[in-house]
Formats: sequence, C-alpha cells, structure tokens
Amino acid sequence: MTVTTAPAPRNQTPGKPGTPGKKPGKSRTPGEGRMAAMLLSPTLLVLALVIVYPLISAIHQSLFRAESGLDADGFVTEGEAFVGLANYADLFVGESGRRFLNAFGNTTFFTVSTVLLETVLGLCLALAMNRAFRGRSFLRASILVPWAVPTAVSGLLWRWIFQSDGIANTMLGSEILWTAEGTASKLAVIIAEVWKTAPFIGLLVLAGMQIIPEEVYEAAKIDGAGWWRQLGSITLPLVKPTLLVAVLFRMLDALRMFDLPFVLIGPGKESVETLSMLAWDESNQLRYGSASAFAVVLFLYVAVVAIVFVKVLGTDVTGANRLRPVKNRQKRKATRSQKAEATR
Amino acid sequence: MTISELRSLATDSGTRGGKRTADRQNAGAPLPTKKKRTWRSYSVYAGLVLIFAYCLAPFYWMIVSSLRRTADIFDNTLLPAPFSLENYVKVFDGSTMFGQALLNSLIVAGTTTVFALVLGVFAAYAISRLNFRFKSVILGVIIATSMFPGISVVVPLLRFFTDLGWINTYQAMIIPNLSFAIPLAVWNLTTFMKQLPFDLEEAAMIDGCTKWQAFRKVLLPLAAPGVFTTAILTFIHSWNEFIIALSMINDPKIQTATVAISKFTGATEFQAPFGEQMAAGVIVTVPLVIMVLIFQRRIVEGLTAGAGK
Repeated sequence: MTVTTAPAPRNQTPGKPGTPGKKPGKSRTPGEGRMAAMLLSPTLLVLALVIVYPLISAIHQSLFRAESGLDADGFVTEGEAFVGLANYADLFVGESGRRFLNAFGNTTFFTVSTVLLETVLGLCLALAMNRAFRGRSFLRASILVPWAVPTAVSGLLWRWIFQSDGIANTMLGSEILWTAEGTASKLAVIIAEVWKTAPFIGLLVLAGMQIIPEEVYEAAKIDGAGWWRQLGSITLPLVKPTLLVAVLFRMLDALRMFDLPFVLIGPGKESVETLSMLAWDESNQLRYGSASAFAVVLFLYVAVVAIVFVKVLGTDVTGANRLRPVKNRQKRKATRSQKAEATR
Repeated sequence: MTISELRSLATDSGTRGGKRTADRQNAGAPLPTKKKRTWRSYSVYAGLVLIFAYCLAPFYWMIVSSLRRTADIFDNTLLPAPFSLENYVKVFDGSTMFGQALLNSLIVAGTTTVFALVLGVFAAYAISRLNFRFKSVILGVIIATSMFPGISVVVPLLRFFTDLGWINTYQAMIIPNLSFAIPLAVWNLTTFMKQLPFDLEEAAMIDGCTKWQAFRKVLLPLAAPGVFTTAILTFIHSWNEFIIALSMINDPKIQTATVAISKFTGATEFQAPFGEQMAAGVIVTVPLVIMVLIFQRRIVEGLTAGAGK
C-alpha cells in the first residue's frame, strides 16, 4: 500500500471554492488567514516575551553602567548612568578588554576545533553505522547515550576522569593537571565536548546517507569506482546539505558553550572562559551593563555565523527548498517498495 | 477505516525505511570472494566495538565509580571491588536536598514540555495546513529563535525577574525555557505534520467536518506519534537545561537536579565528593538513558527530521 501525495486541489470545501484565477493549492480563503493568525499568535507572543523583549532589553541595558561612587557631598550614590557605547568601546581596551578578547578567542577556538573534530568523527561514525548490518539498533541506542547525558553531568564525569590521580592519567601514564589552568584544560574541554556531540552529527549524517539511492553506487561500481572514489564523488557531495545543517547547529551550540567548561574546569578560569561564561560572571557581579554588552556581542556573532551559513553556503535550515525533493522521494520510495513486493 | 488503521498507514513510511535498508544490503553488497568478505566483516566488527567503547566507556566509568566506597574511590579496577551503595545512600540523606532537586527538575521540565507542545501543535497546524501570507517568514523566525544564545536571554530576564520578585520561583525557569522549547516543538511538529497525507482531513471535511473537527478528530490522532516524539525531545532538552536554572535560582529548595549536582561539595574544599557526584549523575542520567533505549527509533526520527528528510 502506498501513500501518494497527489497534488489534490486544496480547500475545495463545498460551497466555498478556491478563488478562481489562482493556482490550485495556493488559494487562500479569507477565514484561513484569520485562523492562522489565531493559532500562531500565542506562540509568537511567548517568543516575543522570551526572545524579542530580552534582546531589546539587553541592547538598552548595554548602554548604561551601574555607578556606585561618591557624589560631591561624599554620599554613596547608586544608580545607572547612560554611557552610550562606552561598554562596547571597553571591549577592546584595558583589563576588561583583555578579558573579553580572551573569551572571544576561547569561544572561537572551541567552536572551530570541536566542530571540526566532531564533523570528522561524526562522518566516520556514520560511515561505520551505514556499513553495520547486524547490531544496528543496538549501535543506535549506544550512540544516543552520550547525547542523552546532561552536559552538566558529562562535565562532572569528565572532571572525575581527568582528576590528577584519575583514570585518564593512569591510562596515559602521565601526571597532567587537566582541570587546572592551561592548555591541558582546553584539551579536556574539547575531548569532553566532542565525546558528547560527535554521535549527534553521526546520526544526522547517517540519516542523510540512507536516502542516497543505491542505484548510484551500483552505477559507480560498474564504472569501476573504488570505495574512496565513491566516498569522495557520491557520498560526501550528496550528504553535504545534511552535513551543513548539522555543522551549523553544532557551531551555534558551541558558540554559546557554557555548562561544560563551567562544571569541568570552573568559572573564572582564563584558559577556558567563553563569552557566555564571561557575560554570566559579569551579571553575577551585578554589572548588567557590560554583561548585556557581552550578550549582545555573542548574539551578533551567532547571527553572523548563521547568516553566512544560510546565505553563502546555502544551508537549507527550514526545509523549504526540500519540499519538492520530499515529494519525489516519496514517489521513489513507493515505486521501490512496489518493486520489492513484486519480486517477492 | 479506523483511526488505528490510518495511523499505521501514516507510520508506514517509517517501517518502509527499515525494509529499504535491508533491500539495499541484499542488493547492494557485491559478492566478493570469501576471503575478502571475512576480512571485511572483521574490520566492521572492530569498528563497531570501537564505537561502543567510545560511546559507553565514560558512562560505564561513572556507574562503576558510583558503586565504590569512599575509601576506594580512586581504585582503577573495572568492577567495583567491594560493591557498595554507600554513595547512593549519601546522595539522598537529606543534607543535599537532591530528592527535592529531582522533583524540581521534573516539575520544570514537565511544565515546559506541556506548554511548548500545546503552543507548538497549534502553530505547526497553521504552518503545515493553512495558506497564509508570510508563512515561510514566520517559520524562519521561529527557527531562528532556537539559535538564540541562552545567555542573551538570561542576562536581561534576570534583571526583569528580580524586579518582579520572581527569583527562586518555578516560572522564572519555565518561561525562559520556552525560548528553546517552543522553536524545537514547532519545528518538529511541522515537519511531522507535513508528512501526513492531507487527503484524510479533506475527506472528513467533505463529510461535513469543520476545520477544527478535522484537526481534532483526524489530524491529531494521526500526529500522536509525532507529538510524542516531540514531547520526549523537549523534555530531555529541558531536563538538561543548566544556565537558566543556575542564574535564576539560588535557593537549594528550588534548584533543579543539574544545578544541584554541579554544586555538590565535600567537607573539604580540596576533596570533592566524587563518589556522590557520580551517583547523583547516574540518577539524573538513567531516566534519560532508559527513555532513549525504549524510544530510540522515535528519537532518531525526531532528531533527523529537519536534516535528513
């Protein structure tokens, strides 16, 4: 039995035919827009409250600075002064500027290194899983375990593994202070992050691999293409759209990294402090002005990366461009299962 | 046709995927010489073992460590030498309020999931079934919000909630949680509903159902598996949430489990209670792992909904 998505004319309720002159399926009845507005408004309202309002508020707060100083009469005054873009100007000078640039560098470094490693490892995982015939479901379950472990818990877990007399040092025969400051702690964060997220990329890429029609490989084999050639000329190009989406999501997630360094190494450690941690620390010190400035900068950073991916690399996040391929694929699936039934 | 028949029809595509891969393995695998095949299968098995070890070894180490006594917590044996539940007893002995933290996590994650699902179902229905202007713009905006960094929500809302006196309340966690839960729910449900055939609702409407009735009596029962998958994913995300709970709450009575275990401290500053931390970590993780094992097929479908389909 097959489900075909026939391009049936929509909205042909009796007595209310679609507006004539328009393409079928694109016709709008006046009630429909109102209904859509009604159904969407609660969601948009909540998103306005939890996304738009904070964003505007952050931009607003970033223009102020809490000032508790002595006024002319020697009294302690507490208040907020409008400082314009001073909080942003401070990002590049002085002690706070050094801290910001360090956090910015750490965030970028972690994002690039972890996403790169995750992608390579995730691809390998997907290739292995695509090959695995037996134990596939068991494999899938085990690969979901790192994904399901809460980041805070995985931070604790790796903190334990990376103890000075913990299992990592025992196995390596080394005496590295992983969870103190320095390069080792950066490495610890990268290892823990990659462990948790590479399986996620692997799952997404595997899903992309499984929709590549087998005929393509057969044709390649007939033409004499070896495994590497098939990988480079078929698998990777066809998996690329999926991989781009996965990499985009991982990058945006890595840019806001907070829990893992916070729990694994601790707050306020220079070598692993990310922008999120810096902003959190500032707001903890009640310096909302600079905290907001950091938050705004991080938001802009994330937005730029997202825009680059969507506009330049053509990552199809919403799946809008994929609507047509989905239909074709369903048809293909249908014919194939019919074939399978016929041969059975 | 009964609803259950329709549902099996709608989920048929999932099972067909499995069949398809089986087909492919039969058809696609060349028939190499026997020697080659054994070598190949060995390498495949070696790869599998590697993947299992990679995924499970750290988790296994957490479980093993949690079952050791405090005295031999630094042992490196693969099995706990004297098996002991000491750490689990300590976790619940009341001084850390871990039981309360688990309950808080359940309340916060559960409420977040319910809100996100209710709003998400309506929004997803509108996006997948109705024709209106700016549809793709709205979907794009909703998805874009899911990329919003948590700290950019936390800093301004922290101040706002302080003014409202909401610090140390559940709503101070639940409302910011919606900032990631709603986009997740809307997106998952939209992709799922788009896959359901429109013909059934149409038939119902021709038979005299209103749009609302068609939605409630035809689409919603058909979409139940998708709603369920979305619920699991949203719940897991909210359960794992850290930065919001850490910032909005400083009262141990309201803390969620993830924050509570990150704050476990021992008697001395230099000796963290690793045994207890591991035990607490196992307790926080095990419900999720069980969920994952039971619903793995659904979860994978949900995770890959946007990317692969």
